[in-house]
Amino acid sequence: MLQYLCRSGVVRRRETPAFLGTRLSFSTSLLLFLLLFASAASAQSDGSEKPVPILSGTAGTFSFVTGGQNEIDTQVNPVLLVPLGDHWLVESRGAFEGQFQRPSGGGPYQGPVNKHLDYAQVDYIANSYVTVTAGRFLTPFGIYNERLYPIWIRALQFDPLILGVGTASSDGAMLRGGFPVNSTANMNYAVYVSAASIGANGVESERHVGGRMGFFLPGPRLEVGGSFQRTLQDPRKNLFGFHAEWQPTKLPLTLRSEFARSYYGSGYWTEGVYRLSLLHFWQKAMRRTELVGRGQQFFTGPGNWYAPSQWNLPTWNTREGEFGINYFLHDGLKATASGGRQFSSAGNVNVWSVGLAYRFLLPLGKVGPQ
Amino acid sequence: MRANRIVLVCIALLCALASPAFAGKPSGKESSKEATVSPIVQNADADSMRLQGEQRFHANCGRCHAAPQKFPPRMMATVLRHMRVRATITDADMRLILFYMTQ
Repeated sequence: MLQYLCRSGVVRRRETPAFLGTRLSFSTSLLLFLLLFASAASAQSDGSEKPVPILSGTAGTFSFVTGGQNEIDTQVNPVLLVPLGDHWLVESRGAFEGQFQRPSGGGPYQGPVNKHLDYAQVDYIANSYVTVTAGRFLTPFGIYNERLYPIWIRALQFDPLILGVGTASSDGAMLRGGFPVNSTANMNYAVYVSAASIGANGVESERHVGGRMGFFLPGPRLEVGGSFQRTLQDPRKNLFGFHAEWQPTKLPLTLRSEFARSYYGSGYWTEGVYRLSLLHFWQKAMRRTELVGRGQQFFTGPGNWYAPSQWNLPTWNTREGEFGINYFLHDGLKATASGGRQFSSAGNVNVWSVGLAYRFLLPLGKVGPQ
Repeated sequence: MRANRIVLVCIALLCALASPAFAGKPSGKESSKEATVSPIVQNADADSMRLQGEQRFHANCGRCHAAPQKFPPRMMATVLRHMRVRATITDADMRLILFYMTQ
């Protein structure tokens, strides 16, 4: 198992031997502990509708134009899901992204191809209330990072300005779950600690502790919640945020919003997605079409100039309005286009995007009846 | 130092939570069918369950993405396990959605 993790890049390659030794001993004991329970769990399976390992993920290519500067972004994000027994799941997502631009003097498109490990985690579904997660995981701060980030899910391909706030990757452990609190409301929560601060490209993470809690009302399809995080490395600041999502039952509309506040900067975004399924003409095409609008604002904080580069925060107070259209060629393939304008002290610019996003799903075993 | 203490506390907490005693895991056959829909199937009308599953699907999954095509049951079981963790879907919702997506 450890050899497999090394080969697949889960165990980092650029660390110093001493640090690697410490991490390996921690990782080894954690893996042994998890495998012990995994084997016990596997032994209990009765084989009916036994889940099969899956290779899923997304691929896409986009053209992003910001202030007249074009960037071709091509990416593949494979997701590996390996269920073990009745309670375990090993899951991982990588990102391979090429960002190509013409040099200022002209010439062919060129640029870096970035590789990144988004998460590599082991989940143990202990009971109806608790799932234990260990490894490298997406930090549950707000909802965008965990739920809406994949390119075939996100309604607009440009990231929200505040996406970096509180969403640095975590290497550690997490408890999470969702359960009904009464007949009209579900509660969901996540508490986590990230114990490693890593600066290596592709596997950056920071030390922090935090949590997120939300209440979902299935009747009106409304969710509201909040997030908190405390960084355990300099400058040791608190971050917090709120999120809300509402999908009226009478309309094919989704409204969602997030607010985040941090030492480096604060802001919010609000987004509306309307599916044209209620229109009476060209119904086949209209059912596959959605219109999107997003408004957002970012305010720099006192520590803005020291913000970690991977947070990718604006360095000026910024406002942005953006509209887009998505057309689903089929459920896993969508064409997307958007346009908007960004206002900031550094200058106002137009932003455009056009592209294709594809989701794939392949079984890694027999899918027929056992 | 402080971070190390937090890590140790977390590991202890993990051990406690992962133990079958805390999980309240029933023994034998009952436990092995926890991730399948069969206990519910035995006690409820399939049509009603399918309807409930569809409602839960739209309430939970439809908030983020459009309905995907239906995949073979063994693939859906994996996808639902993944989504249960990712989207903190409740146990009951997951079972009903799995039933709906595999019928």
